[in-house]
Amino acid sequence: MELRQVTDLIWEIPKQGEMKVPATIYASSGLLQSVKKDLTLQQARNVACLPGIQRMSYVMPDGHQGYGFPIGGVAAFDMEEGIISPGGVGYDINCGVRLLRTDFMEQDIISRRKELLVEIFKEVPAGVGKGGITKLSRGVLKDILTRGAEWAVENGYGTGEDLLMTEEGGRMLDADPAHISERALERGLPQLGTLGAGNHFLEIQKVSHIYDRDLARVFGLSEVGQIAVMIHCGSRGLGHQVATDYIELMENKLGTKGLPDRELINAPVLSELGRQYYRSMCAAVNYAFANRQLIAHWVRDVFAKVMGSDRGMRQIYDVCHNVAKFEKHVINGEPREVCVHRKGATRSFGPGRPEIPEAYRAKGQPVLIPGSMGTASYLLVGTEEAEELSFSSTAHGAGRVMSRHEALRRFRGEQIRDELLKKGIELQSTSWKGVAEEASGAYKDVDEVVRVSHEVGLGCMVARVVPVGVMKG
Amino acid sequence: MSEKFRFLEHTADAKFQAYGRTLEEAFANAALATVSLMWEPDEVEKTLAHEVSVQGRDLEQLLARFLSEAIYLVETRSFLLASVNELTIERAGEGFQLRAVFQGDDRPGRYSLSGHVKAVTYNEMRIDQGCPVTVQVVVDV
Repeated sequence: MELRQVTDLIWEIPKQGEMKVPATIYASSGLLQSVKKDLTLQQARNVACLPGIQRMSYVMPDGHQGYGFPIGGVAAFDMEEGIISPGGVGYDINCGVRLLRTDFMEQDIISRRKELLVEIFKEVPAGVGKGGITKLSRGVLKDILTRGAEWAVENGYGTGEDLLMTEEGGRMLDADPAHISERALERGLPQLGTLGAGNHFLEIQKVSHIYDRDLARVFGLSEVGQIAVMIHCGSRGLGHQVATDYIELMENKLGTKGLPDRELINAPVLSELGRQYYRSMCAAVNYAFANRQLIAHWVRDVFAKVMGSDRGMRQIYDVCHNVAKFEKHVINGEPREVCVHRKGATRSFGPGRPEIPEAYRAKGQPVLIPGSMGTASYLLVGTEEAEELSFSSTAHGAGRVMSRHEALRRFRGEQIRDELLKKGIELQSTSWKGVAEEASGAYKDVDEVVRVSHEVGLGCMVARVVPVGVMKG
Repeated sequence: MSEKFRFLEHTADAKFQAYGRTLEEAFANAALATVSLMWEPDEVEKTLAHEVSVQGRDLEQLLARFLSEAIYLVETRSFLLASVNELTIERAGEGFQLRAVFQGDDRPGRYSLSGHVKAVTYNEMRIDQGCPVTVQVVVDV
């Protein structure tokens, strides 16, 4: 496949064959080497062939092979002629990240961090097959699907300020649970307020670097050593089932002929099935917002109990990593509404966008990029250039470079725990095998991913945080 | 058949091939491969049974829906699959009908669990009815 170097960090697959637009990959030459090892480029090209795609098929710096669309894939489609695709969002709808800041400093909590983790483990169920502690009725679940984190706050889990500091205010207004299957509801009922397993985690972190002092202060971080909490999880089995259901419904209705990959199945944005998927996806997004809202509330409770106070534990922001949205973007000089798919990518709006909370609007949207277990995570800020470069999107994490099986062959969970402890990081997990699978050696270097984002201008570095305590499902 | 399934390299997700003398046996082994990402099926006691019945418009959809049953049962019934019995696949109208009996245990606290299979995907899915019958699946983890 022809790959043209545009700059040292920008690569392009020129329009060829059935491609309607070119594909652009943001990567350093090091990151590009790992991208070339799997099907990422082929998948970016397949996306460029879909009806109504606008401008480019993009791959973010942490891109890697997905199913249908690549992970780290961003694509926007025309509302009239374009499509919406469950495979362009992913199975874990609104897998995302929430970052809470505190006024604690490292020395305040370092001797208590194990106790904090043990208590958080008691409050927040984690691991496969672990049900939530909230007993829900179907009626309440539908209310949560409709109102997202708003439901949680109204029921005493958190504050109105949390909602302000959440993408979409914690609620996508187009959500409608009417076309969500019984099976998806069944999977959602026992799992609200659970962390799950796999790559999901909860970390107590400390600020290790501040790159932009003014912006960091606006977002609530003022000095190195300051303690923060990061929550990384999604819509659990409910979201996975919505994706599975709509891939199947679209296949049954539209067939799979002519698709290079069955997971590229899609429906016109404004068709009945397209609308039903979109509204169901919004409902799953809301479930995930409510999920992270409950978990954040319990973390505050634990800090209050163990430390005597949660000491200013305010939410910096909460972002979606897997989502499709109708957004206004400038295309060929004209502002137009398009259906933007971000699959393993973070929205990265620059200053002035009305979607950004008022307190941040003049500066840009906070962007949260978690690293792999036990490595650094980043707080960035969205940029004006990202509009032109990537429909206002950037990376979402480190991205794997090694399969879970290879990781199991190379690493042992207990050994990783000991190594992390030497670095001052306390680890609690339900499974040593799970720890080995998520070893940081199996991931790309998040520092490199973020550097590319910063240098290209997709999202700029504000602060870097490192864990002092990790909870893994 | 000595080897029931084998995992292949896949960067982000889990990819396996399951084998059988028959399509039915390969499907059953694919279910064991799927749950082996979360627990060891051989270690799970057979204390109860679930009857499974799924339809598919083609064999790929039948396989995806069948494997999804095992994920659904652990999430909604805390049921851990130990073995697949009496699996039959028949033509039904334009598509296929599968029936099977899952045996296993609904006391997850007794076993060592890890990871999570989120969904069965069609990505790189292959059903090769050669000798042995081989099915290849990528699951989202």
